Amino acid sequence: MIENAANNAPSSTDEFIKGLWKENPVFVQVLGMCPVLAVTNTAENALAMGMATAFVLLMSNTLVSILRNFIPKEVRIASYILIIATFVTITDYAIQAISVDLHKSLGAFISLIVVNCLILSRAEAFASKNNIGKSIMDALGMGVGFLFALFCLGAVREILGNGSLFGFRLFPDQFQEWIVMILPAGGFFTLAAWLLLFNIMKERRLRHEQ
Amino acid sequence: MNNESLSQIFINASLVNNFVLAYFLGICPFIGVSGKLGTATKMGGAVMFVMLISSMCAYGIHALLVSIHAQFLQLISYIVVIASTVQLVEMFIKKMSPALFKALGIFLPLITTNCAILGLALFQTNKEYDFVQSIVYALGAGAGFTLALVLIAGFREQLEFAEVPKVIKGTVLTLVIAGILSLTFMGFSGLGG
Repeated sequence: MIENAANNAPSSTDEFIKGLWKENPVFVQVLGMCPVLAVTNTAENALAMGMATAFVLLMSNTLVSILRNFIPKEVRIASYILIIATFVTITDYAIQAISVDLHKSLGAFISLIVVNCLILSRAEAFASKNNIGKSIMDALGMGVGFLFALFCLGAVREILGNGSLFGFRLFPDQFQEWIVMILPAGGFFTLAAWLLLFNIMKERRLRHEQ
Repeated sequence: MNNESLSQIFINASLVNNFVLAYFLGICPFIGVSGKLGTATKMGGAVMFVMLISSMCAYGIHALLVSIHAQFLQLISYIVVIASTVQLVEMFIKKMSPALFKALGIFLPLITTNCAILGLALFQTNKEYDFVQSIVYALGAGAGFTLALVLIAGFREQLEFAEVPKVIKGTVLTLVIAGILSLTFMGFSGLGG
């Protein structure tokens, strides 16, 4: 996909847009599933996690792009992981300083951003081959796309499972909460439903083109 | 220190708080290699082995970092150890069984970015397990991961021949099965005490 894009010499805006929709990291590429399912039980957690991931992605893409001519090919993956781990440690301590409650509810999943396949794959597939400006736009697009996907999941799960959004009640008291949506199983079902929606839209677009 | 008994730790890690179905750790290989039963079993074995070694290393590293007051290096040193363990396992499998090496393909190096392994190291540090408890925890988590992988692979092999709408095939179907399995595993809650 990236090679195709390079042939048409896309502008920076294109790099940004593609992460949002056409190559959305969660709904289209199905990358970085662990945090997607684990911390999206409320919209607030989902947003915080999305922002943390987007920040790490932006910083690591920038640094990898700056260093791309200095890192020997043989040890590149190890170097990328070290760069990512450094920024994740910074994020971890920053979140702890900003809000202890938030840090508690996200738990070990902040540290686990290190092993988010999305970040490593962007470093390997994009930042190591493109200049700084493009890499930043790519990271912003992918980061916002990831944030958007997390929010979609978190919002659905909180609305159905808790009857609220960002802690505000949406329904009258008679509403029976779907407890299952907050449980792990709900995460699988919600993600399956969103993927199904995207698949159907893709089918329809293909049929239109024919 | 943590006072949980060893059997409690094992059951907790493998069934009640199954790494895949309750903590969502290691979802990528879970969706990727769970297509065939044979591959799933071997993948489970490889992950379990890496878990065991990295858990032992993580225990040592944590003790060392605490003694020199450098806990902020925890994450970086864990990931380096895990990456080198995976490299070792990769070389070992390549030498011993080239066929298996081919079957696992890209997912073997990707064990490095398998959240289940880093997650295990972080959780055992948070829970302050001692050395023996850490090993049992790693074994339990590995067994749980293998169990989930094998169960899903079994279902998917059967569903190969089922008539499902085209849009649902693949990831969506796997996720729905995983959701149902996750519901089933909730039946184990309370077992580990």
